[in-house]
Amino acid sequence: MIDLTIDGRDISVPEGTTVLDAARLLNLDIPTLCHDPRLKPYGGCRLCIVELEGVPRPVTACTTPVAGGMVVTTESEQLYRLRRTVIEFLLSDHPNDCMVCQRAGDCTLQELAYFYGLRDNRFWGERRRYDKEDANPFIKREMEKCILCAKCVRVCGEVQAVGAIDLAYRGFNAKVCPPYEKDLDCEFCGQCVAVCPTGALTGKVWEAQGRQKDVKYTETVCPYCGCGCNITLHSVRNRVIRVSSRENTLNEGWLCSKGRFGFEFINKPDRLRTPLIRRRKDGPLEPASWDEALGLISSRFEGIKKEHGPDALGGLSSARCTNEENYAFQKFFRTVIGTNNIDHCARY
Amino acid sequence: MAGLATVFGSGAMTNSIAEVENNDALFVIGSNTTENHPIVALRMKKAAEKGAKIIVADPRKIPLVKFAALWLRQRPGTDVALLNSMMHVILEEGLEDKRFIEERTEGFEAFKAAVKEFTPEYAEKITGVPKEDIIKAAKIYASAGKAGIYYTMGITQHSMGTNNVYSVANLAMLTGNLGRESTGVNPLRGQNNVQGSSDMACAPTVLPGYQKVTDEAARAKFESVWGRPVPSKVGMTATEMTGAMIDGSLKALYIMGENPLLSDPNMGHTTNALKNLEFLVVQDIFLTETAELADVVLPAASFAEKDGTFTNTERRVQRVRKAIDAPGEALDDLEIICRLSLRMGFDLCLNTPEDAFLEAGSLWPALAGMTYRRINDNGLHWPCPTSDHPGTPYLFHGTFPKGKATFTPVPFVKSKELPDDEYPFVLTTGRVLFQYHTGTMTRRSKALEAVAPEAFVEINTADAENLGISTSDMVSVTSRRGEIKLKAKVADKVGPGVVFIPFHYKEAAANILTNDALDPVCKIPEAKVCAVRLQKA
Amino acid sequence: MSNNIKINVCMGTGGIAAGGDEVMAAFDLELRKAGLEADVEKHCAVHRVGCRGFCARDVLVDVSVDDVRTTYQYIKADMVPRLVEEHIIGGVPVEDWVVGQDYHDFHDRQEKVVLADCGQIDPEDIQAYLDVDGYKGIVKALSEMSPAEVIECVKASGLKGRGGAGFPTGMKWQFCAANKSDRKYVICNADEGDPGAFMDRSVIEGNPHAVIEGMSIAAYAIGAAEGYVYIRAEYPLAVERLHKALSQARAHGFLGKAIHGTSFDFDIKVKLGAGAFVCGEETALIASIEGQRGMPRAKPPFPAAKGLWGKPTVINNVETLANLPFILRKGAEWFASLGSETSKGTKVFALTGKICNTGLIEVPMGIPLKEIIYDIGGGIEGDRLFKAVQTGGPSGGCIPVEHIDLPVDYENLLKVGSMMGSGGMVVLDENDCMVNISKFFLEFTQSESCGKCTPCRIGTKRLLEVLTRITEGKGKKTDIDLLLDMANDIKDTSLCGLGMSAPNPVLSTIKYFRHEYEAHINDKRCPAAVCRSLLTFTVIENLCKGCGMCLRACPAGAITGEKKKPHYIDTSLCVKCGACFDVCKFKSVIKE
Repeated sequence: MIDLTIDGRDISVPEGTTVLDAARLLNLDIPTLCHDPRLKPYGGCRLCIVELEGVPRPVTACTTPVAGGMVVTTESEQLYRLRRTVIEFLLSDHPNDCMVCQRAGDCTLQELAYFYGLRDNRFWGERRRYDKEDANPFIKREMEKCILCAKCVRVCGEVQAVGAIDLAYRGFNAKVCPPYEKDLDCEFCGQCVAVCPTGALTGKVWEAQGRQKDVKYTETVCPYCGCGCNITLHSVRNRVIRVSSRENTLNEGWLCSKGRFGFEFINKPDRLRTPLIRRRKDGPLEPASWDEALGLISSRFEGIKKEHGPDALGGLSSARCTNEENYAFQKFFRTVIGTNNIDHCARY
Repeated sequence: MAGLATVFGSGAMTNSIAEVENNDALFVIGSNTTENHPIVALRMKKAAEKGAKIIVADPRKIPLVKFAALWLRQRPGTDVALLNSMMHVILEEGLEDKRFIEERTEGFEAFKAAVKEFTPEYAEKITGVPKEDIIKAAKIYASAGKAGIYYTMGITQHSMGTNNVYSVANLAMLTGNLGRESTGVNPLRGQNNVQGSSDMACAPTVLPGYQKVTDEAARAKFESVWGRPVPSKVGMTATEMTGAMIDGSLKALYIMGENPLLSDPNMGHTTNALKNLEFLVVQDIFLTETAELADVVLPAASFAEKDGTFTNTERRVQRVRKAIDAPGEALDDLEIICRLSLRMGFDLCLNTPEDAFLEAGSLWPALAGMTYRRINDNGLHWPCPTSDHPGTPYLFHGTFPKGKATFTPVPFVKSKELPDDEYPFVLTTGRVLFQYHTGTMTRRSKALEAVAPEAFVEINTADAENLGISTSDMVSVTSRRGEIKLKAKVADKVGPGVVFIPFHYKEAAANILTNDALDPVCKIPEAKVCAVRLQKA
Repeated sequence: MSNNIKINVCMGTGGIAAGGDEVMAAFDLELRKAGLEADVEKHCAVHRVGCRGFCARDVLVDVSVDDVRTTYQYIKADMVPRLVEEHIIGGVPVEDWVVGQDYHDFHDRQEKVVLADCGQIDPEDIQAYLDVDGYKGIVKALSEMSPAEVIECVKASGLKGRGGAGFPTGMKWQFCAANKSDRKYVICNADEGDPGAFMDRSVIEGNPHAVIEGMSIAAYAIGAAEGYVYIRAEYPLAVERLHKALSQARAHGFLGKAIHGTSFDFDIKVKLGAGAFVCGEETALIASIEGQRGMPRAKPPFPAAKGLWGKPTVINNVETLANLPFILRKGAEWFASLGSETSKGTKVFALTGKICNTGLIEVPMGIPLKEIIYDIGGGIEGDRLFKAVQTGGPSGGCIPVEHIDLPVDYENLLKVGSMMGSGGMVVLDENDCMVNISKFFLEFTQSESCGKCTPCRIGTKRLLEVLTRITEGKGKKTDIDLLLDMANDIKDTSLCGLGMSAPNPVLSTIKYFRHEYEAHINDKRCPAAVCRSLLTFTVIENLCKGCGMCLRACPAGAITGEKKKPHYIDTSLCVKCGACFDVCKFKSVIKE
């Protein structure tokens, strides 16, 4: 363990811990735009700078490993000034169109601009102009809003091991793009969207579906494969508009294209809304009341059971239903119908 | 899961997903993990980055091959020969875990005798995998400190699927890769709650918690809680039910949330069976192909509209929570079942999901320690027998539920239907990344549908050349059971003599072609191997 | 005629550009014609040699008759017959073409270590290097010294990194040697990127074996079996000579398995850089060798702990490495006796700008700036007024006339707000606008920023924008303070040396030439008459002869006037191209 002092408080952390992690253990709020605990340290945004006693320049907390006896200062007039300058630089090359931005209210850059009170900007100058629309159906890429934190590049390489995007060009013209600036063609896991701290990457599926203030968040589990990824449903006025995932879950916040983008079915107009009954043989399925439908099922099940015995009935349950529903289903068949003719789709 | 239950006394993934990244070696057989279990695959990629060696055994050059130290392209349906041969090599090289075999297993000698004939040379002839690679794979797996096996339907959906599972289990036992972190035998479950619906005993032979219906004491326990007699006669599996529908002995079927018409092999057969029923009830969120045949269709709530729990592939029981109201008059399945039961004169007494959860826990010790409050944040892995038990990320530490694990001598049995002059290609089926199962959910997503809009048949370059087929040509694929037309995708993802079709698409449903021959033990159909012929359409 | 005739033709990039190849061919032809075989084996030998620094006088040719050397300057192929006829055959030097006293002044005031053999030996012939005691340093290290002793020797010599930052080389090695690893690497940083700098290129072109020997010594000291030379692809001649030298060294058993007959293995690979300035930064350079985008990463860990492929790595600059054979051969004490109290040895500079003698020089550390400019450099062109000297390239700063006596070493340069850098030295005179100079360097750093960190990516762009508007006469009163604020914040927050030092030209020009900024901003005037937007061109009536040259040259139709009568420039139409100023033979057009 390494002993150090941060803002006058003593702390002991394992070797290899970064100053940022150590500070966060003390609940100190050091701003960052490019750091993600799931990715390798990058040190690009320069917001997490802190002062080390005996070191003339500030260092980035995210890349600096702790050392014994280190004395760290995370807040000072000079640090405030430097961080403010960095944010001001970023905003001087940003559309600042929060009024129509999907990420308004959920944007780290906006948040920082707010806390540092940056309304005017000393540095107004040329802005990057990228008007290319990426034709892929999942991810909206507005590269003018990109702050080059490279989280998307890193998650695509380090986590997804796909490497569909990288940085191109130099200096002020540096940008993130697929090879030869073509349209994105990848696994569309949307990990890049999940880590983007600004409105540069958003889901086309949830574009203009609802603003942050209206969103209700529900923690639940993905309905697709057996991984059991934890997802957060964003709903607005009884519609699911987006899926995201928290970092501290079994899936570490990562999802696949189905889990992240494949939720539209929930809101589809062709969802079944009432029971349907076929009132005559080969006739059409027609809407019915629950009373009528359940009455019909009840009488037909009773009749067949009476005539042919309980084993003339069977039930197929679903792996997409909950444990409780499956439990109830088999209990119903075993107690009410009186048969073990129950199975589910595990074999397919 | 009957296979693993026979060997260990419990049939589920032995280890948890988080452990994957700390494996020293991973043997991935019959699992296209990156496309079917993308998030488990992330851990595999991470393991590879940390230095683990991945061995992929798959007839197709699946994306995971890129991260593999070794790729074995076995012919479809020859897994047992491959596995037996690897074990033959391990024994030859003396790489087996003698202490583990001695202390924790039984039946070793018979097993040892059974793999004797599977020399790498012999296995090469059957599997098509070069003998050097078999030896290399055996050495990588057996000499790793912590090695895990991962498989899915590529192992189980065969007429000898149970044998395949026995073989996989033998391999882990032989090397002592059980009961420790980052090891194990890990069937990756293809659907969100397959594990849970198995646990909850929507199965003809067992009551919740894998307690046999033939076990009188178990029945008595359930009867005392349920207040009704529990039938002792083993019921029919789904595949057997299809037969019983055809022969008329099964008159009524109640399907909750399934679309067997598209997901089951031999679609023509399934359609006839369903049509032959006197009374069919389908409860679903959409009017599926199966629902269209029903007499009564009941509108159900989707996962976003209800509370409850799912149990994922690693036995983690997690909360499902209601985000929005179900559309129209749709109700959640639990409520529908309870209402129907009441209508038929019996109160199931499951008024809330948690009532059902706690009742299941009172009858199955592995769940007894869980409550909604305890699983609120990140869920718990069963078994979790008491309210202070932390859950069990990996099974079999120290002992197996049945005491010692049993080696099973496994002979090599050919698939039921192999290529011949008339049907010269082996068809294997599976999923693609952007679609899921029968497409009920994914095909309603504009974006997913945009990138994976239609079915295709993957054909090896050499075969395609011989047949004069190029990518995007329409091809008719015919088996003894039917014919479909779809676009060709020519590439070397499949080997010569093999074709692959994803089964999501009703327009060109792969299961029109597949064989419904069953595995004799667990009645799983042979969806992964059948014989077809190809023709440019 | 004599039996002992040697001819050296300067064939560095400068020499070749001036026609060195043709001169070589002409000698060959003429000597054959005269029945003298141009062959090393015979009594008359023609050698190609590397750059000796005075590129402005190329092609330089030495003719030695019985070891009496005569050096000729500005030689072209058509001059060769006369040289052969009169000097070689006739024995009488061609006095018209012999270099003058200024050539000797240029060389005599220098102290050559690294460049000692450049321009004297054939860089494509390993034997030539062996003849001047080449590879004796590494042999001494391998046979007489332990790796630790080698490190001690380098530490005792006081050698500091010549790439810019001046970190003690021996210490760097010691850190790396202390890190245990199955593999270690030595990298030679030959990604020389400063505008106007050509020190490293000349060393590799002129004496590549010295670099190979230096790398071998470093490898032995730290325990590396593999080395890389990361060199700009824009240096084709250096790359070619390096490859030739490597294969000759391998053939001699100086590289590869068991080098120099010992049990030590060492070999070198060449990696071409794609001309990104930032790849001179060591972590970016490593990323580039690994096939990644050349972007720096935060240090620590330093390359000595985690470098190429994550293994301990020493990165030294070309000039640093080229010093090592001499240190090993002649001893640490000898090296430490050169230079100043704190900076030992010599330093190579690329002397350019408004100076009479431009070229490559090597001087002892601590030499007064004045000596470099006036004694070696021959003073300012056209006897104009010296204004400042810019050292350290785009990362450095300028030193004004009040510091002309400054001893040039690492410490003193830092003290006055500049830096040693890799050795660029640009001399500026009264006709240079300091705002414009600072804008020039910012244009360079801004476009060479890798874009990874915010202050360098956006900050340098904003600095440049403000400088640009000042030079365009659109500067605001607050701009100087804004520049200072930005510059200081960029220095404090940037990730790597590029961003940290990019504002230096701005800071040092404001420090010493604030009045020039103020003139641009307040008076809308460029005192050096450089910033075009601020210039006005006018015709002085009484000097104008009305010849009409300016009228015809003006692309904007801004000049009117009748023949033989004074012309007039309409400033509202003038685009300030300066064509009138340039064509006027009577100096009647003035700009101010």
